[in-house]
Amino acid sequence: MSVEILLPAMSPTMTEGTIAKWTVKEGDKLSAGDIIAEIETDKATMELETDEDGIMGKILVADGAEGIAVGTLIAIILEEGEDLGTISTINLNPREERIAENKPSEAQAVSAPINIVPLQDDLPEGTTYNNITVREALRDAMAEEMRLDDTVFVMGEEVAEYQGAYKVTQNLLAEFGSERVIDTPITEHGFTGLAVGAAMAGLKPIVEYMTFNFAMQAMDHIVNSAAKTNYMSGGQIRCPMVFRGPNGAASRVGAQHSQNYASWFAHIPGLIVIAPYSAADCKGLLKSAIKSENPVIFLENEMVYGQSFDVPAVDDYTVPIGKAAVVRTGSDVTLISYSIGVKFALEAAEKLALEGIDAEVVDLRTLRPLDMDTVIASVQKTNRAVCIEEGWISCSISSEISARLMEDAFDYLDAPVIRVTNEDVPMPYAANLEKLAVVSQERIIKAIKSVCYKGGDQ
Amino acid sequence: MAKKPSPRKSVKSGKPTARRKNVKAKTPEATNEELIEYYKTMLMMRRFEEKAGQMYGMGLIGGFCHLYIGQEAVVTGIQAALKDGDSILTSYRDHAHMLACGIDPKIILAELTGRADGISSGKGGSMHMFSVEKGFFGGHGIVGAQVPIGTGLAFAHKYRKSDNVSVTYFGDGAVNQGQVYESFNMARLWNLPVIFIIENNQYAMGTSLERASSEIELYRRGESFKIDGEMVDGMDVLAVKEAADRAVATCRQGKGPVLIEMKTYRYRGHSMSDPAKYRSKEEVSKMRSESDPIDQIKRRLLDGKLLSEDQLKKIDKEIKAVVSEAAEFAQNSPEPDPSELYTDILVAE
Repeated sequence: MSVEILLPAMSPTMTEGTIAKWTVKEGDKLSAGDIIAEIETDKATMELETDEDGIMGKILVADGAEGIAVGTLIAIILEEGEDLGTISTINLNPREERIAENKPSEAQAVSAPINIVPLQDDLPEGTTYNNITVREALRDAMAEEMRLDDTVFVMGEEVAEYQGAYKVTQNLLAEFGSERVIDTPITEHGFTGLAVGAAMAGLKPIVEYMTFNFAMQAMDHIVNSAAKTNYMSGGQIRCPMVFRGPNGAASRVGAQHSQNYASWFAHIPGLIVIAPYSAADCKGLLKSAIKSENPVIFLENEMVYGQSFDVPAVDDYTVPIGKAAVVRTGSDVTLISYSIGVKFALEAAEKLALEGIDAEVVDLRTLRPLDMDTVIASVQKTNRAVCIEEGWISCSISSEISARLMEDAFDYLDAPVIRVTNEDVPMPYAANLEKLAVVSQERIIKAIKSVCYKGGDQ
Repeated sequence: MAKKPSPRKSVKSGKPTARRKNVKAKTPEATNEELIEYYKTMLMMRRFEEKAGQMYGMGLIGGFCHLYIGQEAVVTGIQAALKDGDSILTSYRDHAHMLACGIDPKIILAELTGRADGISSGKGGSMHMFSVEKGFFGGHGIVGAQVPIGTGLAFAHKYRKSDNVSVTYFGDGAVNQGQVYESFNMARLWNLPVIFIIENNQYAMGTSLERASSEIELYRRGESFKIDGEMVDGMDVLAVKEAADRAVATCRQGKGPVLIEMKTYRYRGHSMSDPAKYRSKEEVSKMRSESDPIDQIKRRLLDGKLLSEDQLKKIDKEIKAVVSEAAEFAQNSPEPDPSELYTDILVAE
């Protein structure tokens, strides 16, 4: 019996992959456990082993082929004695069908990004853009700052030799060496404290958490050591450092690996908290964070690591900390969000434009300090606000925005501010339940219509 | 029962359990000048802490206030082995460490009274004081948290390729915090120049070592991490200094980290509000009468005829005057301006 080799999902968020290279050729004899190909996923280059003995019968996808969907038939292994001619049941070009059968669940799939092009105002005339992924933008930011300042170093689990659990630190080890790109043991409490000490001594550590879920182990050093020391020392001891890594729901990884800690950190005086969406903001704000003399929490989102945006091709491109951006102008309602929520807001805005509702979208970008001036200026224009957040509702960033709008812009509001967030439950694993738990387009649109008094519950 | 400090013990990592051996301590040597200097330093610490205790009783110092009385030999002996550029940090029982670093007692005491002239502008308090200039990195209020931070200071020394060391003090309570072992692991993995000093005063607040620790020979706590450990009589400043010299040399040669357990004792409660009912008065008075670090040096000075009773009295008087002056200063310094509430939260950029 011949065996069909389908491109397997090799990470929770992998929807497609690249066949980096085949390590066998047609006609080669194979034993179970042999490596037959190297597959590049969204996170790493993985080796694909065969589970079967046999002969490599047919390779259906060439070396270097990119964007091969998970589930695609990529090769056929034959039993000894078999040959391709005898197998009439296999359609050698069934890619489309296979993909349909094995398509990742909808909850897993991330739709294409809506490109946010940075405003031209602050850029030199004739600036060109590079279309790069968020992952590359973050890496470039670190590499550029490390070139500029030799006190900057990166530490974390798998940041060096493995090239980053999510490939964000790819190639840094080769350029900067193991003294500045440091693999740590799995010891978040310890290495965070160590990095705080190094920062107090004047170095500029970038601490990568494989995910912010693991930063819970290090919470004491973030909150009690890094955030407080400048104040407690009367301004003597600084903590110029960045804590960064993916935050928020990934995909199908369950309750302990899918949570948004933005409001936890934004609660703490002495921290700066940044949660950008686009690649340009990721690059510009990470550079600003590294240059900062303060401890900065830099919240990334795994679901957008692989998405591409235009990033200005200028030297030392930075984005100021503490400044929100109006990423879509509109006159009827203000949508306020950050991180991946901005994408949901932009998508909702596009949909509603077809129904005659003109939404403005504010990307907070920095969560502490909050740029309420930009939010209020927008609400003064639209008189309506909906907060969108991929996270829990209680004590959320949305709650804070809502309260501040009531305190500082009450007279401008023609409707209550509504918060549209994830459901108030631990993240379930089941695909259908996960989809129900995460903030949805339907709920966003319903909320927008309700504050505009168009349809919905009103 | 008072636990009289045992003879020095040491453990070299990487050998079987039976390797624990009693090292016959040779009598450490010191010059006359050194002896007198140690005496003055320790007496200054004692008088300072006594004054702090009085001022606490008068309501001039608030919150927690952890006195170092009884433990003076530890920090005095270690500081004597250090040089410019070395960094030290400790827990909240930090006043003496600061005095040892050469920080003006006035601004320490003014911090204790929460005044504008305090070293942290009155915003840190007894437990949270720092001096970048003197290499003192706190003053940390969370038990054990200073250990990875001190390891990070050592990391910075190594990163900058200097031969400076980080002295990281912690107590017998902190030794049961997990982050201590995370630090040991990284310190050895990366051969960081850090000297871990366990100040074993035998009580973690009200809990004796035996009641909280499965392994009470704390100098062995680094064994699994291949960190050499040594137990030293922390009531004897000369023994401390001798061990510190060796530890510092090891670290400067790039062969750190090193672990030293200092057997010591605090005469006062854990903090000012601790009635210390977990031990007997006899235990305390036995330690005071038989092992007091200041008395030990005083006897040496008198027996060796280095100083007369009168000269010792004169020194005591001079030190008391410095402390009184500091107390005056700390009481007369104004409270911080209300505008200070919102300063130093972030570095302005």
